[in-house]
Amino acid sequence: MIKLLKNFTKKEWIIILISFVLIFAQVWLELKMPDYMSEITILVQTEGSKMTDIIKNGALMLLCALGSLISSIFVGYLIAYVGATFSMKTRKKLFNKVEKLSMHEIKQFSTSSLITRTTNDITQVEMLVGMGLQLLIKAPITAIWAITKILNKSWQWSAITAVFVVILLSVIICLVIIVMPKFKIVQKLTDQLNGVTRENLTGIRVVRAFNAEQYQEQKFNEVNNKLTKQQLFNQKTFAIMSPIMYLIMYFLTLSIYFIGAYIIKDSLMANKLTLFGDMIVFSSYAMQVIMSFLMLAMIFMMLPRASVSAKRINEVLEIDINIKDGSYDGATKETGTVEFKNVSFKYPDAEEYLLKNISFKAEKGETVAFIGSTGSGKSSLINLVPRFYDATDGEVLVDGINVKEYTQQTLHNKLGYVPQKAVMFNGTVNFNVSYGDNGKKTITEQKIKEAIKIAQGTEFVEKMDEQYETHIAGGGTNISGGQKQRLAIARAIARDPEIYIFDDSFSALDYKTDAILRKELKKYTKEATSLIVAQRIGTIMNADKIIVLDNGECVGIGTHKELLNTCNVYKQIASSQLSKEELENGNTK
Amino acid sequence: METRNKKTPETEEKAKNFKTAITRLLKELQGFKALIIFSLVLAALGSILSIFAPNRLSDLTNEISDGLILNKENLETLTSQVTESVNEENLKTIIPEILAPDLSEENLKNIMLSSEIDESDKQKLQKLLVEPNEIINQISTLPPTIQTKILKDSTYEGITISFNDKKQLLKMMKEEQQIVLPESIKQIILKEITIDGIKITPSDQGKFLSIMSTIKSEDPNELYKKIDEMPKSIQQLIEPFMDMETIKKIGLLLVALYLCSALFTYLESIAMTDVSNKFARKLRNKIVTKINRLPLSYFDNHSTGDILSRVTNDVDTIAQSMNQSLSTLVSAITLFIGTIIMMFYTNWIMAITAIVSSLLGFVFMFAVLAKSQKYFTARQTELGNLNGHIEEVYSGLNVVKVYNGKKEADEKFDLYNQNVYDANRKSQFLSSLMMPMMSFIGNFGYVAVCIVGALLTMNGHISFGVIVAFISYVRLFTSPLTQIAQAMTSLQSTAAASERVFEFVDEKEMNDQSKIKKHLNKNNVKGKIEFENVVFQYEGNESPTIKDFSAIARPGQKIAIVGPTGAGKTTMVNLLMKFYEINSGDIKIDGVSINQLTRENIHELFTMVLQDTWVFEGTIKENIIYNRPTVSDEKVKEVCQTVGLDHFIRTLPKGYDAELNDSESISAGQRQLLTIARGMIEDAPFLILDEATSNVDTRTEELVQNAMDQLTKGKTSFIIAHRLSTIKNADLILVMKDGNIIEQGNHNQLMKKNGAYAELYNSQFEL
Repeated sequence: MIKLLKNFTKKEWIIILISFVLIFAQVWLELKMPDYMSEITILVQTEGSKMTDIIKNGALMLLCALGSLISSIFVGYLIAYVGATFSMKTRKKLFNKVEKLSMHEIKQFSTSSLITRTTNDITQVEMLVGMGLQLLIKAPITAIWAITKILNKSWQWSAITAVFVVILLSVIICLVIIVMPKFKIVQKLTDQLNGVTRENLTGIRVVRAFNAEQYQEQKFNEVNNKLTKQQLFNQKTFAIMSPIMYLIMYFLTLSIYFIGAYIIKDSLMANKLTLFGDMIVFSSYAMQVIMSFLMLAMIFMMLPRASVSAKRINEVLEIDINIKDGSYDGATKETGTVEFKNVSFKYPDAEEYLLKNISFKAEKGETVAFIGSTGSGKSSLINLVPRFYDATDGEVLVDGINVKEYTQQTLHNKLGYVPQKAVMFNGTVNFNVSYGDNGKKTITEQKIKEAIKIAQGTEFVEKMDEQYETHIAGGGTNISGGQKQRLAIARAIARDPEIYIFDDSFSALDYKTDAILRKELKKYTKEATSLIVAQRIGTIMNADKIIVLDNGECVGIGTHKELLNTCNVYKQIASSQLSKEELENGNTK
Repeated sequence: METRNKKTPETEEKAKNFKTAITRLLKELQGFKALIIFSLVLAALGSILSIFAPNRLSDLTNEISDGLILNKENLETLTSQVTESVNEENLKTIIPEILAPDLSEENLKNIMLSSEIDESDKQKLQKLLVEPNEIINQISTLPPTIQTKILKDSTYEGITISFNDKKQLLKMMKEEQQIVLPESIKQIILKEITIDGIKITPSDQGKFLSIMSTIKSEDPNELYKKIDEMPKSIQQLIEPFMDMETIKKIGLLLVALYLCSALFTYLESIAMTDVSNKFARKLRNKIVTKINRLPLSYFDNHSTGDILSRVTNDVDTIAQSMNQSLSTLVSAITLFIGTIIMMFYTNWIMAITAIVSSLLGFVFMFAVLAKSQKYFTARQTELGNLNGHIEEVYSGLNVVKVYNGKKEADEKFDLYNQNVYDANRKSQFLSSLMMPMMSFIGNFGYVAVCIVGALLTMNGHISFGVIVAFISYVRLFTSPLTQIAQAMTSLQSTAAASERVFEFVDEKEMNDQSKIKKHLNKNNVKGKIEFENVVFQYEGNESPTIKDFSAIARPGQKIAIVGPTGAGKTTMVNLLMKFYEINSGDIKIDGVSINQLTRENIHELFTMVLQDTWVFEGTIKENIIYNRPTVSDEKVKEVCQTVGLDHFIRTLPKGYDAELNDSESISAGQRQLLTIARGMIEDAPFLILDEATSNVDTRTEELVQNAMDQLTKGKTSFIIAHRLSTIKNADLILVMKDGNIIEQGNHNQLMKKNGAYAELYNSQFEL
């Protein structure tokens, strides 16, 4: 929490300081009011008081009230400024940091957790800064000031106030100790409730196909009952809070009056009137003391939640980014080449290597394909090129230079990457296809159309209501998987990269579209190098080089024909997909 | 992420129709009627008690302040009695007797002859003696030498009066200073008196006189200060009287009042907590039961997040505001009306003063509130935009990076962030005004009541007590107004939330099937399925997805459905499972129309494995057994061996009891195998595989395929697949395009035909 607060700038500290002074003034004025109030009470109570005196005191009291109002308006304005600025800046900082994180760190946190950290957690901390800051300054000032004001009045009154404060605090502490851990349970149960409902919704067809409706409802009921029971316990325990606060406040007043009656009775006549005034002032100050302790308690209840959030934010801000940017952004001798030299890779905290000693070179204009069963390391291999991860051992060279030496921007400008799961952004088709910056000139509409045409998307795009200006929802929920994939491919084409990387990017397309798309692409990208990860033999059998992976090791490099004769794994994969004649005639077609 | 749907308490979501929504809500609450009424009565009672409590407290204050005021009656009686004794008439007659100057000739002669006395003094005396009547008044002007001779000790009514006493009396008369009477003279002038049963001796009276005589000004404070110097008997007489008995009584009454009020509040909140949580549970159950009664078409148009937010956020909103606003509203309104009545009952001028002065403030405050509402809504929308953008960028971070889209992402982020900042700042500022404004209004009302009250008191219209009472009334009056305002806002969001919940609960359910009597026993089914001119159109679509589909699947056949995306393959399966109702035509299972069978009966007949690999949180075993608790562990193992999952499961730390969750501990392919195992664990006469192997690599697929071929022996099975290699050995291949079957036959027949299938098949080898 404190670490985060260090992000305040000088200007913000000055504003906080000004607020501090203003709050000081506000408290002073507020504590002044009971004086006038008792003055007025006494005047009203004494016969023969002059009207002008009452009006004068009334006016003074109103002046105090107005002054405190104005001061709190200013404080409100300043604190709102600090709170909003703080959350804006922290959010920005966090966002920039996340943008820089490598896949490894993102996996470590998980994307959804990073999202919550940037949204909910910041809001949580912002709330504390916005509301808490004011209370945090005001409550102690009020408490201390009010205490000093009443301390010299009468020890009996002070003692009774202290007793009530102690009661108040112990009630709050007890409640916090009993209920706080239970709130976490409620949170967990709510998550579970959500989980069961989500499960039912996402698997609705399975649920129905298995006639498992009742099973699901029962499962839900269990969690629902547990949640209700826990909520009832929490809320019922907490329900005691408000009557106790009520009793503490009124009993304190009552006690002060009662004790006051005795004190006044036994005092000298000369002191009686002042004592009475004191009593009234004391009871309102005592109330202030109780209120400020209540405020402090509130902050302490808010604090744990906010500090958990702050901790989560700091975790991200403080993590070391594993992938350091290089500095090279000049020209290269070679273009369009990708070379792996004895590359091995494992996740930083894993024991097993995912890739072992891989070496190959893709020359300009070549198509290199990677095939292997699930978990053989195909995607991990390809992820080393755009530096989603860095090779543990060995070197990955693009255009003859180690990828670690490039600035990431330069490296990425050479690449056209299409992920397994097509990513769509909230925006038009044009926006999605022309996304990003390729270090060259902006992508023209002509270019977009051409790219979509090659990606076999023209037909469906032009069928949509606003064609290229059609809005695609975030995540592409309003278009089908195949359509998303086509737009994602078009996006890569529109960049005109030296090297294409297709990470199983054709899986959602049917065979026919897949074939045509690749044919068109080949025509268009004669100059460009392609790295393709695929499941289907058909997709890759005409590649210049096929690299067969098995458990992270390269078990064969060559063309389709060569591999059929030399590589057992490849043969197995191929024969599971093609018939004998096809295996023999495949590439003559 | 549900963050976008989350509503913060500040947001006021307006219901489309407030009244209907609330009426509906109340209708749903019927079952809790008794408890609700109970707690509302308690809330009202609590309020009424709190109207009375301040009055009693001001009574207490009055009692205590009574202890400040002197017993004026006694003071006046005492003063009048004492002064009566010392009035001039009285003194005129009595003083000469007290002084009793010895003016006898013998004495005068002695004086004249005395050598100790100056001649001039002697002459003064002689002058005086000319007018004997004046001698008493002039005696003090005589020189001390003569005074000693004339004023000798004497006795009056048996009391000896010494020369010194006489001298003092003379001095006092002359200088008219503080009245300090010599003890002997007090005894003579002042008689013992008894007031209120308290005897006051002449000496005490004398002290009283002497103290009173020092008070010059009219300031009561001066008198108060002197009282402590007065003799005990007088203090006792005029001292303020504090009725401790009454104070104790009022104190006890107040304790009882407060305790009752607190108890009522506590009971009320316990009751309301009970109602609201149980109601929330009921609503949640209703929603979940509803989920399983809705036609699948509903879920095509509604997102999971939307329904989820109804189960959690909306129900929570309802429960929370029921817990708080309902009773707050009742007690605040009671308090509000009660205070108004009490105020007018006490004094109408003061009542109007209190109401007008508070209302002025409130009008201003509501104006501010209305304005801040705008920024709160803006804040919510902007925050939604920002969160949406963050979600998008984070989940597509790979692409953002590789496409150097950082600049674009940053620009957009900055824009949204700035907007959130603006709305945030304004809304926070305005909402922070609420509390200070409230206290200002309170103070303003206080001063107004005091001033008007004081004015009225001076004119003798009202007593002090009224002012004290009104000071509390102003407090009581201003707090419920804000509470009502807050409760109304939260009622608005309750209405909006309950509208959303009930909209879902009232959604049209699937056709009623209570009239369906036919039942096919899965053990006796032969396995024939006929599609007869099936036509189906999705709700909201313009053209039918399935047009005139006819085909026959004979018992034990393996039927494959192929075709491009959007041809209607999955839709066919959905119709067969009766997830959707067909528009026209018929599907018959063993000659029985599916319209004559219940959905449950149909589902019983089919084993279905889908493309989406649905697993839930729980162990692997639980996921495989699912809702069939009778399945034995051996059976689970056997099936897993068949699909080639056994080895993998046994490598997991806990084997079959390993927990599955969202993490990537198992791959998509393994998930797929798991769902296949789940489907295969129970025998059913029909089998549907909808792209069931698309996530498995081809080698594994072959394994599964072989296993499945074993299992499908003798069963009628439907297979949808992209990979044509999977279905080459199918007995019947249906090639679909745009909702029609354009070709059918087995692989060899279709290849010979060289039509759409052949084209599709060959395309996978082209590059």
